[in-house]
Amino acid sequence: MNLSQLVEPDRVHRTVYTDQQIFDREIAQIFERVWVYCGHETQVPQVGDYHALTIGRQPMFMVRGKDRQIRVLHNRCPHRGVQLCGNQRGNAGSALVCSYHAWSFHLDGRLRSMPLQHGYDGTRVSADNPDCSVKPAARVDSYRGFVFASLAATGPSLVEFLGEARVAFDDMCDRSPVGEVEVVPICHRVIQHSNWKFFMENQLDALHPSVTHQSTGIAAGRVERKIKEQTGAAPLYYHYLSAFASKFEQWDAVQTINFPRGHGILKAYMGLRPQDPDTRAHEELLVKAYGAEKTEEYLSRGIHHVLVYPYLSVQSPLQQLRCLRPLSPGKTLSEIWHFRLKGAPEAIYRRSLWYYNLVNSPATMVNADDLENWTKGQWGLESSGGDWVSFHRNYGGDTEEAGVVYSNNGTSEAVMRNQFRAWSQYMADSP
Amino acid sequence: MSTNDDAAAGARPGPRLSQEIVIEGASADAPVGAQAIAPDHSPRAAPSGRQVVATAPSPTPATATDVLREIEQFLYRQSELLDGKLWQDYIDLFADDGIYWMPVTPEQTEWEGSPSIFAEDKYMMEVRMGRVTHPTAWSQAPMWATSHVLGNVVIESTSSDQWVVRSRFHMMELRRDTVRHFGGTYRHTLVRDRGRLRIKLQRVDMFNAQAPYDYVLQVWV
Repeated sequence: MNLSQLVEPDRVHRTVYTDQQIFDREIAQIFERVWVYCGHETQVPQVGDYHALTIGRQPMFMVRGKDRQIRVLHNRCPHRGVQLCGNQRGNAGSALVCSYHAWSFHLDGRLRSMPLQHGYDGTRVSADNPDCSVKPAARVDSYRGFVFASLAATGPSLVEFLGEARVAFDDMCDRSPVGEVEVVPICHRVIQHSNWKFFMENQLDALHPSVTHQSTGIAAGRVERKIKEQTGAAPLYYHYLSAFASKFEQWDAVQTINFPRGHGILKAYMGLRPQDPDTRAHEELLVKAYGAEKTEEYLSRGIHHVLVYPYLSVQSPLQQLRCLRPLSPGKTLSEIWHFRLKGAPEAIYRRSLWYYNLVNSPATMVNADDLENWTKGQWGLESSGGDWVSFHRNYGGDTEEAGVVYSNNGTSEAVMRNQFRAWSQYMADSP
Repeated sequence: MSTNDDAAAGARPGPRLSQEIVIEGASADAPVGAQAIAPDHSPRAAPSGRQVVATAPSPTPATATDVLREIEQFLYRQSELLDGKLWQDYIDLFADDGIYWMPVTPEQTEWEGSPSIFAEDKYMMEVRMGRVTHPTAWSQAPMWATSHVLGNVVIESTSSDQWVVRSRFHMMELRRDTVRHFGGTYRHTLVRDRGRLRIKLQRVDMFNAQAPYDYVLQVWV
């Protein structure tokens, strides 16, 4: 497999979206090496709380130990391989117990006991043999309450990996007067019938909204105007939807910032800083906590959402997060979460909740059309009706400074070109 | 082969097979098995807060039969309007302040303030109708149809001109070449408005609300 022949600076071969061998290599070289988001620490508040997840192809779970540390362990009993956590989330009590032969483990994964222990006398099974404990992820770290794990013992630290994209979590948490968020304990899961790269590219693709989401944008704009005529003002959440029906030229004015490792930012376009009483009350709390200057710095970050390549899209101003778990070349699971700003007024949560409900719920009026595009896109790329995927828009027209690519046109396909630059590096690295 | 030997073997089986162990269940107060290893371990998720207790339907007095019949016909009509894609007629079933609400979990009690799958007043329903009927609603291009079956209609409570009615539904959905199934409970709060029944609140608890969605829901269930 000669990957350099498949990825050129301005186009990529269709098989990078469809080929099983390439997908297998992505799992091994990327998803099972980089720092993967596991969950927020408030998902496991009590000792023994666990939350199951997948890193690459590895079933894992994060669990809070008696020392209150969060660990990420392989969901596998070292005896016969049976998964230890049988549910997505729960509380294991003071020990993890295998449902097959009752080998039990401390919450940090160490072997605790098994029935009729003398049966192992003289064998290699013992508490001090690491093969007899639940295998931990090679590295676990967190950033502002967001827990990540890497299955690679070496490599960049979490902060190095996140790079400039860590602003996703800063922008979210700094909007709380105590600098913290807590998870809303509901996770929407939606299956995409497309390669994971479709979603990542789409998130910073500023040309597609006024095409793909035109129907929703126009319908919402019509009702928004009607409410304005009747009552003088329409709730902000109508604008979440009506903004999709903007002109191509308006989208072209929205900038993307594209970082090393494939991360990126789509800059703000929704005008999320209205001057209503709720917003002012929120900002007053922030000024009290951080002072006027810091508050202004925090609130003037013009972010729509931030991508942590290759699997996370964080909409920090509205405290939502979408996380991909690739299942096969043409199938991807997305997990969609919402967070509350600790200490912020209830009205601020409710305002962002509208976006979660209208755009990110399983009855979304927005992603319904995205998913349709990606499904049809996957089918097209699986066909032999053509070999190449074009990323030529504004090729040569971006500005690069210190490894960061700034699009001079919002609709520049700099986003995809930058993501594939990172992809090629990951795929070429020897494990 | 000797008959004598066979008889001898039957009379004196090999020593390894002669040991007979009878396992008896332990007494009720001594923990056994996995519980002996870790008494507080359970694979179950913590029980959720609010228990939803089903009230059994009580025999309907003759005087109320007409109302029950009217409500049933109203609910059947609702299913037919949805399957017929008569969106405006469906929206017209709602009172002016009517709400269509599909919570994520049965524990949720308010339509606002926590994540929902649908949480729509009549204005937002108009947006949804406008979207699916717009010529560029791309996701509406494939063959798409639903079939609702509704039953188990129970009047939970009645006050003057307001009824809370619980029913069960099963919806099959055809999209492109795939059939999906959704099922659950409707809880309608119905009011009488200018002589006609109207929906004040339609609460939809799908039993598969928290399962992964293979594609999404485009229209009200």
